[in-house]
Amino acid sequence: MKRNPLRTQKIAFSFLLFSTLLIVLPVGFIVVEIILKGLPAINWQFLSDMPRQGMRAGGILPAIVGTLYLVSGAIIFALPIGVLAAIYLSEYAKDNLLNRMIKLSIVNLSGVPSVVYGLFGLALFVVFFKFGVSILSGSLTLGIMILPIIITASREALEAVPQSFREVSLSLGASKWQTIRNIVLPNAISGILTGTILGLGRAAGETAPILFTVAAFYLPRLPKSIFDQAMALPYHLYVISTQVPNVNEKIRYGTAFVLLVMVLFMNLVAIIIRSQFRKKKKW
Amino acid sequence: MRKIKEFIIEKLILVCGLASVFFVVLIFIFLLKEGLALFKIVSPLDFLFGKSWYPISEPAQLGILPLILGSLLVTFGAAVISVPIGVGCAIYIAEVAPNKIKELLKVGIELLAAIPSVVIGFIGMVTLVPLVKNVFHLPTGLTALSGSIMLAFMAMPTIVSIAEDALYAVPKSYREGSFALGATHWQTIWRVILPAASSGILAAVMLGIGRVIGETMAVMMITGNAAVIPQSILQPVRTLTATIAAEMGEAVVGSEHYFALFAIGVVLFVISFIINVSADLFLHRNK
Amino acid sequence: MNKFNIENLNIWLGSTQALKDVSLQIATNEILSVIGPANSGKTTFLRTLNRLNELELSFKMQGLVELEGNDIRKIDPEILRKKIGMVFAMPLPLPLTVFENVAYGARMHGQRNKKKLFEIVERSLKQAYIWEEMKDRLNESAFKLSGGQQQRLCIARTLAVEPEVILFDEPCSGLDPISTAKVEDTMVELKKSYTIILVTNNVKQAARVGDRTAFFLSGELVELDSTQKIFTAPVDKRTDGYIRGKFG
Repeated sequence: MKRNPLRTQKIAFSFLLFSTLLIVLPVGFIVVEIILKGLPAINWQFLSDMPRQGMRAGGILPAIVGTLYLVSGAIIFALPIGVLAAIYLSEYAKDNLLNRMIKLSIVNLSGVPSVVYGLFGLALFVVFFKFGVSILSGSLTLGIMILPIIITASREALEAVPQSFREVSLSLGASKWQTIRNIVLPNAISGILTGTILGLGRAAGETAPILFTVAAFYLPRLPKSIFDQAMALPYHLYVISTQVPNVNEKIRYGTAFVLLVMVLFMNLVAIIIRSQFRKKKKW
Repeated sequence: MRKIKEFIIEKLILVCGLASVFFVVLIFIFLLKEGLALFKIVSPLDFLFGKSWYPISEPAQLGILPLILGSLLVTFGAAVISVPIGVGCAIYIAEVAPNKIKELLKVGIELLAAIPSVVIGFIGMVTLVPLVKNVFHLPTGLTALSGSIMLAFMAMPTIVSIAEDALYAVPKSYREGSFALGATHWQTIWRVILPAASSGILAAVMLGIGRVIGETMAVMMITGNAAVIPQSILQPVRTLTATIAAEMGEAVVGSEHYFALFAIGVVLFVISFIINVSADLFLHRNK
Repeated sequence: MNKFNIENLNIWLGSTQALKDVSLQIATNEILSVIGPANSGKTTFLRTLNRLNELELSFKMQGLVELEGNDIRKIDPEILRKKIGMVFAMPLPLPLTVFENVAYGARMHGQRNKKKLFEIVERSLKQAYIWEEMKDRLNESAFKLSGGQQQRLCIARTLAVEPEVILFDEPCSGLDPISTAKVEDTMVELKKSYTIILVTNNVKQAARVGDRTAFFLSGELVELDSTQKIFTAPVDKRTDGYIRGKFG
């Protein structure tokens, strides 16, 4: 029997569509499931109260606050280093061995398993620098973890600024740094912002790096300083779903809902900034 | 004055440029510093190929073969599921989907990438695990299979986005040449575009697998964490990553157990290093 | 006194030699037109003078280029480029307002006084004959201007730095005939007070504006003479052929 190419194509395309649906539909399912079951748990008390009765009642305020602390700490550390590193790669680096090593390191940093970051943070910040199990240790660990995200996004944004802008600025007698500061950076800012927000989202959702560097199992008060332990949303979700028996389903879903909304919100903001920027691009 | 300021700024930029190299080296040094201490007590061969992991018995048995096999089994399962589906989806997005749907799908994939692994683990626990238990009539649904299915999900965004980039990178002229010879769209994809994008797709698959091996929270929550050499995919298993995450909290700093967990970290670091460097080579082979 | 003295200049960009053993002098306050087909080395020549070629990683240079007797490689590039302004082939406004585009150079050289900046902007826009069109649009984005306006804005921006030399790199290649005429008028006015080097692939433009004309071909300086001589009685057959439109 002769094969009919158009029928083969039809079968193949159906398979492709099926694959796509197999990915996209469960994503929708996960989001909808958490919204439907999590939303009813959300009220002001849940968001603003301390957990009580061994996390079986009350709210999740310290976990939310802890995550906000961690995320801010990570970004304060990673943003300046990440942006300057991106400037180095896009504006200064020559095509040589050193540059290749840097690029390879970034690839590797982004591939290191998150739990290995946790080990590293434990060995370096908690034990070696004696920061203890603290917000400081956790933030630094998360900061190093999101560094490659910020570098990669910022570098792409910087390299997207047309070379001609640099030439014009230099031809007017501006120095290299003046050119970067006044022309290149302002025009790359939305790309840098996108990368930063994506990094924030990643830092907010990660659990493994904070397991041994900051996370407190049950600490029904707000952290006092950066040397204090803290609860964090993702770790809290892990704890109440696996470590504490008989937690009300509602509390679990509610916690998952808050975490998911926080992370997806950041990602949506990043996506919107990016698409707005693409539309408005002036060159 | 301006000159001095700019000189300082440019040096600072250079230092930050080198930061990522510095951190990779630092991570490796600190893992080794703690991990190598183990080999004064246990030989590397006994560590890698020892068949039992009883870190808190007396004397402790620190063989990670069951953990390695656990990781391999879960990863293999996840790869079997995610590679065909992921590559299929990438082809659909890059070649078949109409433009508007394409953007929507990409956002969907990006959202999947953004969902924290602990949320995936949670959802797996409350939906997939009972399902596996009932379908296969098992005493528990916390199995390697459940882990593989959830991890396949987490590998998808990596596979789809990198494979899609590789497909886009195929020059237009290839496509036009094939169409000009009267080939159908599918024949063009199958005979021309896929072979041309093969090294990028391979890199996508490798990075997806790297993501799976390194994944921690979801796998810890749904694979059951039994540190025994797995006989079937319907059994609970424990992976390298889950072992570190589950046990480091109880290990005393400076104990054998502590060093052993760092040694596992070294193994994971080396695996991810190899995967990422070779994937990077594949990605840049054509440029 | 010669503005530029160029001796045995050889330039490589990667493995291709873009300029081959070029020697010439450029007098103060003259307009030198540089003509030749595409890829003949004209633009490379121009970008050597303000050291913009050095941005290319593969750039290599041999020979001597002197500005008023000083080797340009020994002059700080920022000071050199302040003295030697450049107008590019395409209108390249910076993504700033009209005012900020013109004020950019002065700001970078440390001028912070608002009143002074405004004086500089007004003076430069007047010099480029675009003040009347621009005076009510100073706070608009420069991207909103027409192509011809943008190019004259770029000229004003170059003038604002108060250079001694202005390099024009095919400044009308992206413009319509009316805008081209306006830009050419501006150039002729400017030659009273500046040394101008005009790279163009429009032979008629070279004839209209240049005091002297240089013909480049495949990286070599084939012929350099007064514009009148080049266009009426060129010595080299290749020059003759190019001017008559036989190639290029």
